[in-house]
Amino acid sequence: MGDLGIFGFGPGGWGLALLEGAAMTLLVSACGLLIGAILGALVAWARLSGAAVPGAIGQAYAALFRGLPELLVVYLVYFGTSTLLTSAAHAVGYEGFVGVPSFFAGALAVGVISGAYQAEVFRGAYRAIAKGELEAAVSVGMNRWLMFRRIIAPQVLRFALPGLGNLWQVALKDSSLISVTGLTELMRISQVGAGSTHRPFAFYLGGAALYLVMTLVSNQAFEMAEARATRGMRRATG
Amino acid sequence: MFISSLLKLLGALPLTLEVWALSVVLGALIAAGVTWMRGSESKPMKLFARAYVAVFRGTPLLIQLFIVYYGLSSLPAVRASFVWPFLKSAFNCGVLSLALCTAAYQAEIFRGALLAVAHGQVEAARACGMSGLLLFRRVIFPIALRHALPAYSTEMISMVKATALVSLITLWDVLSVALKIRNDTLVTYTPLLIAGAIYFAVNYAIGAAFLTLERRLSTHLRPRPG
Repeated sequence: MGDLGIFGFGPGGWGLALLEGAAMTLLVSACGLLIGAILGALVAWARLSGAAVPGAIGQAYAALFRGLPELLVVYLVYFGTSTLLTSAAHAVGYEGFVGVPSFFAGALAVGVISGAYQAEVFRGAYRAIAKGELEAAVSVGMNRWLMFRRIIAPQVLRFALPGLGNLWQVALKDSSLISVTGLTELMRISQVGAGSTHRPFAFYLGGAALYLVMTLVSNQAFEMAEARATRGMRRATG
Repeated sequence: MFISSLLKLLGALPLTLEVWALSVVLGALIAAGVTWMRGSESKPMKLFARAYVAVFRGTPLLIQLFIVYYGLSSLPAVRASFVWPFLKSAFNCGVLSLALCTAAYQAEIFRGALLAVAHGQVEAARACGMSGLLLFRRVIFPIALRHALPAYSTEMISMVKATALVSLITLWDVLSVALKIRNDTLVTYTPLLIAGAIYFAVNYAIGAAFLTLERRLSTHLRPRPG
């Protein structure tokens, strides 16, 4: 490799910029996962409710965004939200083009994709709750909200944890696609560094190493969370 | 406008499908190797297989693609070596990079499917005197194949989606043609939406094909009619 000075923190070093990029990657992925959780929960609710129209809409949404390339979704959301915002701005008398901040568009794109998968995770987790527990909750007189808070939510979160861990990693990796909108997350910083130092191999390898650290660490964190969340449960194996 | 965009986009579909098919097949071969190493007795081989899977599944495909296409081509040692005629082409880099990535996912699918083969079946086959290739061909492979199919179909679909990334390394696949039409005509959505419909149709067809295959292969598991 020769000198690793380009990854240093002194003048001319890209260490700090890369770390800032990694922080941006974490932030935008976390926001995306959160947006996805809201969308996913709504879709799971719509499908579990048995209502025909909301259920069909939820199913169509999930099928659509699992069948489209992630990169295409990023472009669609980025261009789409900008157009909406521009026309909204024109409506209140502002002239010219208004670009949506690429952070917002990126988080939304990651979230819309993640939501399509999270819907399935939440639906499966709800199905895993023993029916007797819900009946018991009704029979002791819990109303819907109380039942949701005390019986459903804690168990859905517990059963959904492994699936959410996978989707967090997917969100982390999908967030690299936001670099096409110019958001200075890790992928984009790696590109900029590669371009200005003419050392693409070193920079992309360094960027990949940081991604790997993030996925491995979050893998461990989710495993610990899972162990904690299931500490009171009997298991079929192990 | 609509028709001409559709025709242009369909014209780019063969490249997308070519990248997909080549990378999936090459990926399956690499995955078979990785799975074999993972199951071998040798510690270093096992470790290599595990590291391979962790690295390729733990980093975004986009950065892997850029390492291969922009990274390797910038190294003088690579440009001087015998692999350069191969790596010179963006198409080859795209296929190679996608194949290396899907191999990690496919290896995990293969491993899971092999683990799901009941030990008793293997013992029974050995008791009948089968071993080696015969045992694999007649007992392990058919059972493992059935276990692998659902996850494999998901992986095939996500590979179709992954081919869209080659638009970022100068290849004229469906997505990059859509972006070009968009730039040339200033029509904001139509090209992207048609491209989306094409990808969706391809994925739908692949999903349906795998479902049919799954049904065909599991006739013996369904309850008898009547």
